[in-house]
Amino acid sequence: MYGLISLLSLWAIPVLLAFILVHAWSRRVPVYETFVEGARGGLVTSIKIMPHLVAMMVAITLFRESGAMELLLGSLRPLLQWLHVPSEIVPLALMRPLSGTGSLAITTDLIAQYGPDSLLGRLASTMQGSTDTTLYVLTVYFGAVGIRNGAYALKVGLWSDLAGVVASLIVVYLVFG
Amino acid sequence: MLNLIWLGLILISVVVAAFNGRIEVISQASFEGAKTGVTVCFGLLSILVFWMGMMKIAEKSGLLHLLSKLLSPVVGRLFPDVPKGHPALGYIMSNMSANILGLGNAATPMGLKAMEELQKLNPDKNTASASMCTLLAINTASITLIPTTIIAIRMQYGSSQPVEIVGTTLIASFIATVFALLLDRWYRHRYRKRQR
Repeated sequence: MYGLISLLSLWAIPVLLAFILVHAWSRRVPVYETFVEGARGGLVTSIKIMPHLVAMMVAITLFRESGAMELLLGSLRPLLQWLHVPSEIVPLALMRPLSGTGSLAITTDLIAQYGPDSLLGRLASTMQGSTDTTLYVLTVYFGAVGIRNGAYALKVGLWSDLAGVVASLIVVYLVFG
Repeated sequence: MLNLIWLGLILISVVVAAFNGRIEVISQASFEGAKTGVTVCFGLLSILVFWMGMMKIAEKSGLLHLLSKLLSPVVGRLFPDVPKGHPALGYIMSNMSANILGLGNAATPMGLKAMEELQKLNPDKNTASASMCTLLAINTASITLIPTTIIAIRMQYGSSQPVEIVGTTLIASFIATVFALLLDRWYRHRYRKRQR
């Protein structure tokens, strides 16, 4: 099953690229000029996103480096112990919605420390893979089109991150526990 | 909401650093954070430029329109506000398929093109529309079939079964996505009621 899936993901992009080009060519679309025209749009989008990313990354780095993150973790620890959540996994659960590179670093660290096949290693892997970085997605997607008021999108994102964390805990305990 | 979170993160950091007697960390971390922001953006730049070029070709040739027409019965249900056969649906579909296949690099440009199309339909250009929120919900929860990065890390650290977490990840991300969509629906109704 996995072999099939990985084969699919290996071939998806090359096939997609070739298909888009051949289809366009058969419709007499000037592929080169069209590519350049569209690519220019990509440049504009990236420049629009940059200030948003800088703003977010500054806030998140400050929060982590100042020790505020640790403080938050420490205050949550009793509650989590009561819920039987291993305290080693908590930094990851908190970092996951904030920073993709930050949470990946924590995941790598947990895997290196406890081994990829330990319960913690499996839990970290599942948690890291099961949701995307909410704040990053929000910043990039809304920043690109100039949305200032995100309505309820942030709430939905953060609550579903929590759902992802709880689901990872339950599923990993059921499967590997 | 985002204003408050941003302000809160920074102010709390400054206060905590001051209490810990490590106030010098603040200016250092600000520059470091800004640098990370720029680095991440440059990482995105090449991908965005490339894929948006390709997507433009797919748009001009009519491939995207075809895709959105073909799949509008499925995706249309999630996005009832988007007219049938609108290019936004094609981009949304490409974004979702790329996410599922674990092609995060390709998913972002397609998602951003979808946002651009949704913004054209949006009556209030400063406020996110209901469809935009749904697209965000799908992307923050993101169902992933193959968490490629994690598998690579597990292999690197000598796992005997690097792919054994594919199943648990799929189930957990499926639960998170369903939850996100239900919550999105609920908030959408509440939001509309309040605006009337």
